[in-house]
Amino acid sequence: MVEPFLYLSPAIVLIGTIILIPLIIGISYSFQSIEILNPFATGWVGFENYVDLWSDRRFWIALENTFWWTFWSVSFQFLLGLGLALLLNTQFFGKKLFQALVFLPWAVPTFLSALTWAWLFNPTIGPLPHWMAALGILDEPYNIMGDPDLALWGPIVANIWFGVPFFAITLLAALQSIPGELYEAAEIDGASPWQTFTKITLPFLAPMIAITVMLRTIWIANFADLIFVMTGGGPANSTQILSTYIFTTAFRRLDFGFASTIAVALLIILLVYAIFVLWLRKKLVKV
Amino acid sequence: MSVTRTNPALTLGKYVALLAYLLFALFPLYWLVKIAITPDRLIFTEGTDLWPSTTTLDNFRTVIFQTDFMAFFGNSLYVSLGTAAVTTILAAGAGYAFSRFDFGGKKIIVAVMLITQMFPLLMIIAPIYKIVASLGMLNSLTSLIVVYTAFNIPFATFLMQSFFDAIPKDLEEAAMMDGCTRFQALRKVILPLTLPGLGATLGFVFTAAWSELLFALMLISDNESMTFPVGLLTFVSRFSVDWGQMMAAGSLALIPSCLFFIFIQRYLVQGLTSGAVKG
Repeated sequence: MVEPFLYLSPAIVLIGTIILIPLIIGISYSFQSIEILNPFATGWVGFENYVDLWSDRRFWIALENTFWWTFWSVSFQFLLGLGLALLLNTQFFGKKLFQALVFLPWAVPTFLSALTWAWLFNPTIGPLPHWMAALGILDEPYNIMGDPDLALWGPIVANIWFGVPFFAITLLAALQSIPGELYEAAEIDGASPWQTFTKITLPFLAPMIAITVMLRTIWIANFADLIFVMTGGGPANSTQILSTYIFTTAFRRLDFGFASTIAVALLIILLVYAIFVLWLRKKLVKV
Repeated sequence: MSVTRTNPALTLGKYVALLAYLLFALFPLYWLVKIAITPDRLIFTEGTDLWPSTTTLDNFRTVIFQTDFMAFFGNSLYVSLGTAAVTTILAAGAGYAFSRFDFGGKKIIVAVMLITQMFPLLMIIAPIYKIVASLGMLNSLTSLIVVYTAFNIPFATFLMQSFFDAIPKDLEEAAMMDGCTRFQALRKVILPLTLPGLGATLGFVFTAAWSELLFALMLISDNESMTFPVGLLTFVSRFSVDWGQMMAAGSLALIPSCLFFIFIQRYLVQGLTSGAVKG
């Protein structure tokens, strides 16, 4: 059959030339020395980049930061998103308008979310440091993004703000597909709201939760924009995650060989994670 | 579901939670606009007040008439509209093929498209830069359109497929019985029915292209062809004390996304679900 390929071929050609071929070239870069600022050092170097990466202190810092960045972002996005979805699944006055307004952060361009939150954390023009000082969280109103111990929380908060609508939307759709008779039966049987939630709602949502959390974890681990704009990875690499490290290495140092090496490492980590989650799911489904 | 016995404490808790979500969602945007309309001389004395004692549109005037922002705005509009149009046309074709045909290699193509959604796109930033540079296409908005189109096609394809799946096959079969070719049936019968789907896809892709920063930063360095994100970031790093103007520029960047968002809002649940379930 040739016909489907008439409709498909432009998409396939474009994905092939713009994504797949560069992907292969990118993997080959990780075995070369390619520094645009140092053109004489170009050539194949075998695993030299990987040896450098292993002994690169910044790589390990970035790996740890990637973990915490992803873990806190996904956890809060999921919990707040689930809460919002449950609220939106009930009836209340002005629901349509409410839904449009709470979903709005999702439409805000990421660079703008990043700038807005960076400004909110700035004590000159932003209210947050003053509020945190008043609540006793900070000793005095200062910018937490200048504090290596707290800096990562700046982008994490921005990420939670930006990502809650996505979780709410996907979970809301799943909630709406739960048959209403189940709830009616539970009510007749005298189940408490908490029992209804844990015995009907959660089990029905579980497959959707599993796949959404897995996809979002991968997506957030790759998500460099917020951190790059808000802190640039600083202070002292305390907010550097692997994807921002890839970007700054390519963009600022123009060291394409090493940037590709970090990228391959990140890809392998994500692959291992995905395989682990799929294996876990298979095992749980069997039981 | 109707809850027959409502507990007043529970109802109160629900409205408190609704209000909290609303404040969390809107407060940052409110602040952005608030600083933008605060006069410069009041920023340091009233910058952290909830509302300034006087307001001004001077910052917007300066940004619009005395900086390059309108040019950046135009560049972004061109890139985003171009990307949205090309992506939607190609994705409609691919989504139609997935929805209506069974063919060898379909599973592999779907799998490859899914994988492109998973791996770090930053991985290809170096090769893309070298390819674009060797073609002499750095600083060209066309190269951005081509790159963004490739990035957005997989998601847009799955989205379009879900809209095609919702239309009964009988419709085009009837048209083909009446002597239409398949392409004519698609164009005259099916596409008009998927107009909402086409609109939603346009909106999603437009928003994605409008937000993209890192590839634009890498491929564009020329002031003339900067997109809005790149221009705003350059502006911020150069004039980092001009708060009012920066936020006025930021507020302007919100407008197109918000317009598109209002338009696509009712397709969000449908669109993201089909993307998430299949993705």
